[in-house]
Amino acid sequence: MSKPKLALYWASSCGGCEIAVLGLHEKILDVAEAFDIVFWPCVMDFKYEDVEAMEDGEIDVCLFNGAIRNDENAHLAHLLRRKSKVMVAFGSCAFGGSMPGLANFNDREQMFNYIYHDSPSTDNPDGIVPQQRTDMPEGELVLPNFWNTVKTLAQVVPVDYYLPGCPPEASSIETAVTAIVSGELPPPGSVIGPDITVCDECPREKHEKKISRFYRPQEIIPDPDTCLLEQGLFCAGIATRSGCGARCPQVGVGCRGCYGPNEGVYDHGAKIMTGIASVLDADTPEEVEAILDTLPDPAGYFYRFHMPDSLLRRTARTNGKKLLASEQVAASEL
Amino acid sequence: MTRISIDPITRLEGHGKIEIFLDNSGNVENCYFQVPELRGFEVFCLGRPAEEMPRLTNRICGVCPEAHHMAAAKALDALYNVEVPPAGKKLRELLYMAFYVTDHTTHFYALGGPDFVVGPDAPKAERNILGVIAKVGLEIGGQVIATRKRNHQVIEMIGGRTIHPVSALPGGMSHPITEEQRQEIIEIARQNVEFAQFTIGIVNDIVLANQDYVDLIVSDGYTQQTYYMGLVDENNHVNFYDGKVRVVGPDGVEHCKYAPEEYTEYVAEHVEPWSYLKFPYLKKVGWKGFVDGKDSGVYCATPLSRLNAADGMATPLAQAEYERFYETLGGKPVHHTLATHWARCIELLYAAEHMLELAEDPEVADPTVRALPTEIPTEGVGIVEAPRGTLTHHYVTDENGILTNVNLIVGTTNNNAPIFMSIKDAATAVIKNGEVSDGALNMVEMAFRSYDPCLSCATHSLPGQMPLEMVVRNADGEVTHHLSQYVDECLLDQLD
Repeated sequence: MSKPKLALYWASSCGGCEIAVLGLHEKILDVAEAFDIVFWPCVMDFKYEDVEAMEDGEIDVCLFNGAIRNDENAHLAHLLRRKSKVMVAFGSCAFGGSMPGLANFNDREQMFNYIYHDSPSTDNPDGIVPQQRTDMPEGELVLPNFWNTVKTLAQVVPVDYYLPGCPPEASSIETAVTAIVSGELPPPGSVIGPDITVCDECPREKHEKKISRFYRPQEIIPDPDTCLLEQGLFCAGIATRSGCGARCPQVGVGCRGCYGPNEGVYDHGAKIMTGIASVLDADTPEEVEAILDTLPDPAGYFYRFHMPDSLLRRTARTNGKKLLASEQVAASEL
Repeated sequence: MTRISIDPITRLEGHGKIEIFLDNSGNVENCYFQVPELRGFEVFCLGRPAEEMPRLTNRICGVCPEAHHMAAAKALDALYNVEVPPAGKKLRELLYMAFYVTDHTTHFYALGGPDFVVGPDAPKAERNILGVIAKVGLEIGGQVIATRKRNHQVIEMIGGRTIHPVSALPGGMSHPITEEQRQEIIEIARQNVEFAQFTIGIVNDIVLANQDYVDLIVSDGYTQQTYYMGLVDENNHVNFYDGKVRVVGPDGVEHCKYAPEEYTEYVAEHVEPWSYLKFPYLKKVGWKGFVDGKDSGVYCATPLSRLNAADGMATPLAQAEYERFYETLGGKPVHHTLATHWARCIELLYAAEHMLELAEDPEVADPTVRALPTEIPTEGVGIVEAPRGTLTHHYVTDENGILTNVNLIVGTTNNNAPIFMSIKDAATAVIKNGEVSDGALNMVEMAFRSYDPCLSCATHSLPGQMPLEMVVRNADGEVTHHLSQYVDECLLDQLD
């Protein structure tokens, strides 16, 4: 029997997912043994044309990491979807947009204005901004269109499975690979990994949580054995899927939610918000507000890894103007 | 006019792209190195609490998240004007040295080193880690994997995670290590020192013992005279974690030496409409375009640059190698980009030695690893040496520590202009009268690779070769030729 064909690709990402795969160390050889790797541009020499020449559905599994933020990312997502039987959104960026998805709180014009004009080291007296097309004396130079909105893989093409984590831990990758090799995959649409929370895996001692104020990490040195949230340090572990081994709280820093939501949760940020609200020591709306005033930037905490696939998707402001609902869809296509 | 596009299909915080234009006689008229990717961290981090930056900005790069984590932490120390307790500082440095050992090891054995060890004139199919194994011995492959693995254990022990560490906070670290862990790290560091000496031995026995290699290293094709930048300690020795940024000119004379908070007086960034990545240059010299020499503000920030910008190394074994480096290559500064691979090995030795020094100091396991800030935050700049260049993080906040201004000059960005220039030199040398010679991709790739640009995947590539692809189109945009890095024969047709 021939080995299943595997493709790996990155779109808008940091490269950490690729390093995570190589972080299997000697087990990477098992992956190479179990699969026929037909496309992995960072490691092997296969080109876009090789993929284009394949039959539709010829690739058995594609592990796709990175968010979709320009035309080239989208082109490859469509191409690999067409050629692959199973498409896996690999890592937080492909799954939920991850940190680069926080850019959906801003728009392209704000970014260009700051980066190419206003930043303290930029020297740009002529007000030059990168262009999709630039006529140079020798010919035209082209850059891919930079979208106004960061999208997840599933917002661009249908996705069969999700592997969470920023990046996925080696154990999560092994779980996924084993499931694929054995053919014992969960129903399509599933997240691969256990449906437990970071709290379930966290060894810190937990008591009844009653938070009267939040502390920022630089304000206190927490007790090393007690739940961080109980001590007033923001931790998204109560509403975040585990599989990571609760590594962050174990070294004294709160979870930020990189493994995303548990089963049945549509909006990770809303779920974290609800979880946090349930442990506040408050009886009146005023008291709630007073406690939440001690937690700066709730949007950046709650939606750290899942802004683009939240109900919000992005802020409704573009180019400094508020958009009508009907315009928002169009704006997000930019 | 004929256009040649080279799409490396690798990442330089995105996917780099090279466009070469030939004139009517088939010689290089001009060449562009474009970075078509932008993610905008400087903007979407605004409004966020500054203390989150070590955990936000490490997502800029999954290959060197430790560098962003440390630069961010140092910017926060400065922002809050808080003194990190000795154990906290030493822990950060210890993590950082373990990171340098893994990063430089991978680059030398898997990516850049094969050109150097197996030989730039060896067949392409041999210039990879397998070729290194063939030349050096089978066990070396296992040693490279083992070195990566044991140092990743140290990174996880101190940083909490192997990729995207979490433990650096304003004023120090989130948790100490135990005495038991310290002993474990001492053992790992000892193995690192041995491994680094073994690596230097390869440089001596295989590269330097061969006069042809030495001649190639010092040949004109791989020479570029620019300014050089690197972080130095109070003795002007190379330092990766702390100190002042020193810049020397193409003549080796100090151009400036600045503290992190003074960076905007010395460095500025130029914008071109055809790339999303800016081009940093020395402000007091000025932007004169993509040219080298003393009158051009273009500078390099690489392992070679750091050695050139310093007066020596802070550890004995690395210092001895530093001296031999300049004796062998004809004095300071060295302008030969291929010597960067040797410089990287000297840095590997320094990182291993310094890691051992830090681990042997019992204070590194002291439980006091963090001081709580007491001052109102205002503004802070943190600079470290990332393996691929000087990394600057600059934050301004309101009185609550909420970011109002963020500026980042990232390792590889420093080298944006010199990479472009090296590629142009290489292309001009190998494309003559319409003929694209066999060595074309090779030369361009080697020029590119000596910078170890943050092609995060390429740097950790198992075959050790960048999957470069060169497409030649005629004036109508039709593809006439297709050259590929891995294809040994054919396809190396002449241009029409």
